[in-house]
Amino acid sequence: MLTKRIVPCLDIKNGRTVKGVNFVDLRDAGDPVVLAKQYADLGADELVFLDIAATLENRKTMHDMVLKVAEQVNIPFTVGGGISSVEDVDDLLHCGADKVSINSSAVKRPELINELSDKFGSQCVVVAIDAKEVDGEWLVHLAGGTIPTTLNLFDWAQEVEQRGAGEILFTSMNHDGTKAGFANKALAKLSNLVNIPIIASGGAGSIQHFVDTFKEGKADAALAASVFHFGEIPILELKEALRKQDIPVRL
Amino acid sequence: MKLSIVNYGAGNIKSIQFAFQRLGYDAILTDNPEEIITSDKVIFPGVGEASSAMVKLQQSGLDQLIPTLKQPVLGICLGMQLMCSHSEEGDTTGLGIFDVNVKRFSNKVKVPQMGWNTISNLKSDLFKGIKEKEYMYLVHSYYAEQCEASIATSDYELEYASALENDNFFGVQFHPEKSSKAGEQLLKNFLKL
Repeated sequence: MLTKRIVPCLDIKNGRTVKGVNFVDLRDAGDPVVLAKQYADLGADELVFLDIAATLENRKTMHDMVLKVAEQVNIPFTVGGGISSVEDVDDLLHCGADKVSINSSAVKRPELINELSDKFGSQCVVVAIDAKEVDGEWLVHLAGGTIPTTLNLFDWAQEVEQRGAGEILFTSMNHDGTKAGFANKALAKLSNLVNIPIIASGGAGSIQHFVDTFKEGKADAALAASVFHFGEIPILELKEALRKQDIPVRL
Repeated sequence: MKLSIVNYGAGNIKSIQFAFQRLGYDAILTDNPEEIITSDKVIFPGVGEASSAMVKLQQSGLDQLIPTLKQPVLGICLGMQLMCSHSEEGDTTGLGIFDVNVKRFSNKVKVPQMGWNTISNLKSDLFKGIKEKEYMYLVHSYYAEQCEASIATSDYELEYASALENDNFFGVQFHPEKSSKAGEQLLKNFLKL
């Protein structure tokens, strides 16, 4: 049976992890490669690296990091941040990334999704969608959730599927950082609407939140950052709890 | 040991090279028939779309070469699918090494299947030291049907063949290079064949 995936997300700036990571027994918690290996050993199913300060100057730093992660880590990983062309993706895949995630660039130029899935296959194209519920309507936001658009989340999700996205990473801006649970109603609606996997993001604070997002939100994977980085939720413990609730996980 | 990875421009082969590197082996990426023929072991990778991948194989003549190889050959993901008789993807005629057809999952399930699934009914030296219901990482929209050549099965919508064997040819639908310790064990086993 296909299992639900637990996906730690690492924010990267100039080749280093940011947002404070507080693992015990790590020589260098700022080194994404060390962290990634640790997560792979702890039972993470996949990893996401998000270049939060993506600029042309530090692109090479990011490539070096991706290369090192690919060399040393034996689970799949996605790279996102500042990707806007076929060439960008070609470079990252050549460095060993398994998937790339695109966000604002896809909204600005939706054909990019077609170009990427035609050239590299939809299996490596993750479309990240940041959305916020405003007066009862879920609107897509750009640039890390700071710029609102008039695009409806559910319309956009259907469009990215038709254009060849292999997966959707949906972050609820209303829930992100709250540690009060995922946006399960919107997630369940998304999951019923499209036929590609959905990664839930934004709001993880407790083990129960993961149970809920898999059961009520019908998510295929759940992504979180701080609850993992600070050891608030150990991945093994999380997975054991999920299994007790009859949610299939890799243990 | 001379280990080669068939390079025909199909996807993320670096990961496979790195996986062998972690096991202490240098694998060469090559499309040179001479290099491939003289290798002890050959990896036939692939991600992407079947018909365009087959065109690339034909352009380099590798479609003729691969079925004649005598050493152990391991097809991975699309590589495995291309070794089958036929794929529904792009109505593609395969290399015919495995006598089985490749079909698309229906829309009753999410497509692609993406993530970790179990492998069962293991019957091959390829799985030495790997337990029944071990987890492997898969990303695919098409699957090989259950057949004689099946050496592992997985369940997604239906039970399908997630690994195949015929003489010196092996194929796995999952990505051993991304399947943590179990995947590493499989690659080690392949090197010992």
